Amino acid sequence: MILVYTESEEGKIKKIALEAVAYAKGIADQMGTSVTAVSINANDTSELGKYGASKVLQVSNDKLNKFNGEAYADVIGQAAKNEDAKVIVLTSSANSKFLAPTLAVNLEAGFVPNVVALPESTSPFKLKHSVFTNKAFATTEIKTDIKIIGLGKNSYGLKENETSATNEDFSPNLDTHDFDMEIVSVDKATDKVTIADAEIVVSAGRGMKGPENWGMIEDLAKVLGAATACSKPVSDMGWRPHGEHVGQTGKPVASNLYIAIGISGAIQHLAGINASKVKVVINNDPEAPFFKAADYGIVGDAFEIVPKLTEKLKEFKAQNN
Amino acid sequence: MKILVCISHVPDTTSKINFTDGDTKFDTNGVQFVINPNDEFGLTRAMWFKEKQGATVHVVNVGGPETEPTLRKALAIGADEAIRVNTPATDGFSVAKQLANIVKEGGYDLIIGGRESIDYNGGMVPGMLAKLTGANFVNTCIGLEIEGDKATAIREIDGGKETLKTSLPLVIGGQKGLVEESDLRIPNMRGIMQARSKPLNVKEPIDVNSETNTLAFEKPDPKGAVKLVDSVDELINLLHNEAKVI
Repeated sequence: MILVYTESEEGKIKKIALEAVAYAKGIADQMGTSVTAVSINANDTSELGKYGASKVLQVSNDKLNKFNGEAYADVIGQAAKNEDAKVIVLTSSANSKFLAPTLAVNLEAGFVPNVVALPESTSPFKLKHSVFTNKAFATTEIKTDIKIIGLGKNSYGLKENETSATNEDFSPNLDTHDFDMEIVSVDKATDKVTIADAEIVVSAGRGMKGPENWGMIEDLAKVLGAATACSKPVSDMGWRPHGEHVGQTGKPVASNLYIAIGISGAIQHLAGINASKVKVVINNDPEAPFFKAADYGIVGDAFEIVPKLTEKLKEFKAQNN
Repeated sequence: MKILVCISHVPDTTSKINFTDGDTKFDTNGVQFVINPNDEFGLTRAMWFKEKQGATVHVVNVGGPETEPTLRKALAIGADEAIRVNTPATDGFSVAKQLANIVKEGGYDLIIGGRESIDYNGGMVPGMLAKLTGANFVNTCIGLEIEGDKATAIREIDGGKETLKTSLPLVIGGQKGLVEESDLRIPNMRGIMQARSKPLNVKEPIDVNSETNTLAFEKPDPKGAVKLVDSVDELINLLHNEAKVI
């Protein structure tokens, strides 16, 4: 049995969790078994069957309204034991990365994060995963009885696999937790697409000349439903918040489309965004190293091209929707 | 307060990545090794605790003798003592077990690791270490204050941040934000001279098992040439009809 933790936010199952279900179904087919999903305080789990879950364990507990790595890991571990799961699939979200090592210790399970494909073989259990911040891949064998996989975002796709799913309530035992960790405040823009969830990321660098020029970047992101991001120098100079810094020491990006505006393409930046599928570069310097890593490019002045691109995209969206 | 900063010895961020021995080993030829950037932010925050709150700061690495220059650099930045566990770092779990042993022996209140090392990107050692030692854990930590045995930590989450209250002993997986880039310290001559006489204790490893085994490496397929276009109309057309991403 393959167990997948289907993460939700404010009761809604996240898209990366659906990808994780599809991936878990892929492994289940390889191993001739089925997929059970475990969700914590999700309002609607009806979509999970569409991607291949046969059973959904629904946990509803007020103590788990706020994320707590240790308690969440315990819930997933209890579900795994209950279902006799041999493989557990997690995503690469901040919360999954937080709880995965705890879960691994609890279950004495080997853990491989940033996995990019179905297992090369399931006995021995061999996984391909990205290393050196997307500059390379490694193939790693998990030797333990129970295996934990952290699926890299956007590396498997939302493959549908209509399965009839049954729902069960699951009540984990949380009596042993002292919850010696309390979230006292959350600071999160609710009206913006996050880099972690975004299918399209619009990113800009020093070529924008100053923070006052970011309006056109935000306009472009808005018309595309994209998240905004920036290069390291831009966040170091305080033009944009740290949370927007993408690259080797910032956030990784694995979007379908990454648009880089006025970013030269330092090796550290390229490493961080390499997992994105399609890269577009807009830069006035034809020698910018980013062009070598891009799929499409326009050589020219961002201050002219970006507003024009936004206008044309508005027309395009109006015609195509 | 006793602080332990866990230091990974990693290739500099500008390194070209190559493999050797039939693509089974990282090729260190011509590679400059540094303190893992995420750990360096943590080490610098530890220096603040040392200077403002009188903390003692030890650094530790699990690895062979080749990692000692990296530990010496941490001493030159201001750590009081270094420990090297004399065994190759094979997988995240075995490293966490070795570190747990050091933590238990040393009685540390705060253990600072990095969110991930920039070589293998496992991101699991701090979390495993916390669980193995029974400490609280905050990952992707971008701010940390300690008062007595109480800690206030800021954690980066997808799309924002949250503030947490917890207590020591605490393990964090740190990153930029704990201190700013401009706060990082380049060791000065005095620091380098002092570092030579600071203790660097080599400890023999305990017996641990590994749970995973990396068999081979490969590099991504070479990228095709960029398609340069002259107009935004052409770009939109290609993104829609060819790349199918809009």
